[in-house]
Amino acid sequence: MNPSAQALQATFGNAIGRVVDARGETIVYVTAARVRDVLAWLKQTAGQDYDYLVDVTAVEYRDRERALEVVWNLRSLASRRDLRIKVELDPRGTLAVPSVVDLWAGANWLEREVFDMFGVTFTGHPDLRRILMWETYAEGHPLRKDFPLRGRFSRSEQVRQALNVNPEGHYSLEELAIAESFDELPAEMRDRLARGQRDQIANSE
Amino acid sequence: MKHLETVKGSDNWLTTKFTALVNWAVNQSRANSLWPMPFGTACCAIEFMATAASRFDLARFGMERQAFSPRQSDVLICAGRLPFKLAPVIRRIYDQMPQPKWVISMGACASTGGIFDNYAMVQGIDTVVPVDVYVPGCPPRPEGLLYGILMLHKKIKGEDLFDPSLRTEHLLNDKGLRLPPEQIDEISEPFGNSVHQFRSA
Amino acid sequence: MSKRTVELSVATPGADAHGDPLRVPIPASPADVDPELGGEHLLINLGPQHPATHGVLRLVVELEGETVVRVIPHVGYLHSGFEKLGEYRHYNQIVPLTDRTDYLAPMSNNVGVALAAEKLMGIEITPRCQVLRVIACEMSRIISHLVWLGTTSIDLGAFTPFLWAFQQRERIYNLQEMWTGARLTTSLTRVGGLLADVPDKFVTDLREFTETFPDTLDEIDRVLTRNAVWVGRTQNIGVLTAQEAINYSLSGPMLRASGVPWDMRKDKPYLGYETYDFDVPVGENGDVYDRFLVRLEECYQSNRILAQALDRLPDGPINVDDPRVILPPKSRAMNDMEAMIYHFKQVMEGVKAPVGEAYAGIENPKGELGNYFVSDGTAKPVRWRIRPPAFINLASISKMAEGHLLSDLIAINASVDIVMGEVDR
Repeated sequence: MNPSAQALQATFGNAIGRVVDARGETIVYVTAARVRDVLAWLKQTAGQDYDYLVDVTAVEYRDRERALEVVWNLRSLASRRDLRIKVELDPRGTLAVPSVVDLWAGANWLEREVFDMFGVTFTGHPDLRRILMWETYAEGHPLRKDFPLRGRFSRSEQVRQALNVNPEGHYSLEELAIAESFDELPAEMRDRLARGQRDQIANSE
Repeated sequence: MKHLETVKGSDNWLTTKFTALVNWAVNQSRANSLWPMPFGTACCAIEFMATAASRFDLARFGMERQAFSPRQSDVLICAGRLPFKLAPVIRRIYDQMPQPKWVISMGACASTGGIFDNYAMVQGIDTVVPVDVYVPGCPPRPEGLLYGILMLHKKIKGEDLFDPSLRTEHLLNDKGLRLPPEQIDEISEPFGNSVHQFRSA
Repeated sequence: MSKRTVELSVATPGADAHGDPLRVPIPASPADVDPELGGEHLLINLGPQHPATHGVLRLVVELEGETVVRVIPHVGYLHSGFEKLGEYRHYNQIVPLTDRTDYLAPMSNNVGVALAAEKLMGIEITPRCQVLRVIACEMSRIISHLVWLGTTSIDLGAFTPFLWAFQQRERIYNLQEMWTGARLTTSLTRVGGLLADVPDKFVTDLREFTETFPDTLDEIDRVLTRNAVWVGRTQNIGVLTAQEAINYSLSGPMLRASGVPWDMRKDKPYLGYETYDFDVPVGENGDVYDRFLVRLEECYQSNRILAQALDRLPDGPINVDDPRVILPPKSRAMNDMEAMIYHFKQVMEGVKAPVGEAYAGIENPKGELGNYFVSDGTAKPVRWRIRPPAFINLASISKMAEGHLLSDLIAINASVDIVMGEVDR
């Protein structure tokens, strides 16, 4: 059992839920309200020093009554200890947890991926948009259990949507906002952007 | 040249049709110096690189100059799986190639979607671009790819320069698709013994 | 020259906790530009189809002349839904999927997923299997680094090391084909064992490889390491300090080149790596040149490990003796009722894992490859998460490339050693 688990229970009291110790791994469940404090404490406290973020991911169970868990795998390089922190969210409710990009810069893309695949919003993330699917992907969040393996739309519809993204849909808003380049965009593209219609698909039926 | 005949009794005259001679010359030149546009995405791209390297050597087939600009290439070799996010890219690259152009679909994923029958994968690039030769394999051995290339050579040598239908540009139709939607759905359906692969538990 | 931000309406994501749209600040120009020259910023698009991006990576680059002000990578062009597919496959059926994530080092991925599944199920593999898996991992490290060497040399203008590297890769491919039947998509491991044992010729050929491979490395070293062009293009390019490397969760040669001596084989050993005698090269400056030196030296060290593994390869079975996990041999399955039932259950239902979860991280050539399985007691995992080293390493490219020239961006991109199959999964 990783001694950090006891330290967490001592410091955060009832913000810490159950602690699981199995297969040489320690998993600590934390409430969503305090998870940011817990993670910051784990990073910044001398003696804990979880300076390395191994992974951020999410798990949804087949059993619809079980919670959707957001998982942070932390590691302290100096003491070679791994710790897993989990937050349980209601899979049918709003999925939101705080972002830890300011603590570990490696969390940036990892959180974007969890957002893309599960729809979990990381509040405070500087640039939360889809990373693996295209930004205006309309079918949903693929790794949710109610998302079928072959997708929601028919194959021809998926091909059509993929082939007919507007040119500005291939760029993020940050890129489009680069001032000089914005002036050189074609006029109808600028009109669409001004109306917020970046994802309008041509020829939609 | 099987179209040639000798005039009876004479060693100095050969006759043939003009079109046959032109076809032979042009098709030989086209086939023996195909400049590939390697649209390498995944594992097949590594086997493509191995085919181009010293042991299997594409240079002896005239394909040494890999054209990374589609405007200077003849054959688009899609080596690897094609997710939906990449579909508009291959379509644009195909449209940018000047005629005459051919497409080799290398590998199972490019031909049919391969093991990836899921939300992210185009089930065969022929739903997006027209394909001339399909090379099966996951990944195809370099010898397999070479066989596919030689098959393309054979196809090119059998072409008729004076047939305009071979060289028309097939753009996307007004619905934004290459094929009618029913056909795309039909060729994307799972086939074979794949009953269990959609059950999660 | 004036710079301004343009505010655009943000449709859906990108809202902060209050629902206000997030604004991304545009950094000030690092270069001192004479205002009379104009100084417009150019937005160019590199990829996704580009010879130098090592796969379908798209880099949107904001340039001021030749200097990179900002680079925004776009990934996902090879997203194949591996993790979703894994939820519909038995644990042994997931092994062929792993060949296709990092297709430059397939056996290493196979080992990684098997270790995670065995940790989940509490299976101890046999000593012979352990040594063979070490051989597989180190062979994979060599071929992955050889691809990296070859393609990076091409990117920076040197074509010949590419051919030398690929020639050596063909020798390893011969060995892989001899062992597993496939050159690239090996699917080597099974839960509790391996696909097959190595043939005798494999051992002699691999030993011959370990004896002659350092000659090629010496040749590459002679051509590149003190070459003025190579050094000029790689030193002090793309520097990341140790603190930044840790904060960006880098792993593998990228982390070690920045001076952090972390290697999963030494610090969290698996497969008996603590009993092998090898060194881990650690760089000092964290630039592209150091990453090159680290990877080149890792090839020598892998060769050393291979020689030791061959020396100590013990006899014995490769598969664990548990008929619930390992398929019984066909002759027994055809003749013995109990074996037939075990065979039937494994093929039709798959090996059931106990409820719980397990994470196993190994030292892949690209970095720390982690496989995280969550099981609900059935034969198919509830969640299969690949912790992708190349994806996480690639995120640091925005930090590394700011202020460098466009041609340096190519060198930096090459030094990250990405494989898009793993970045996008």
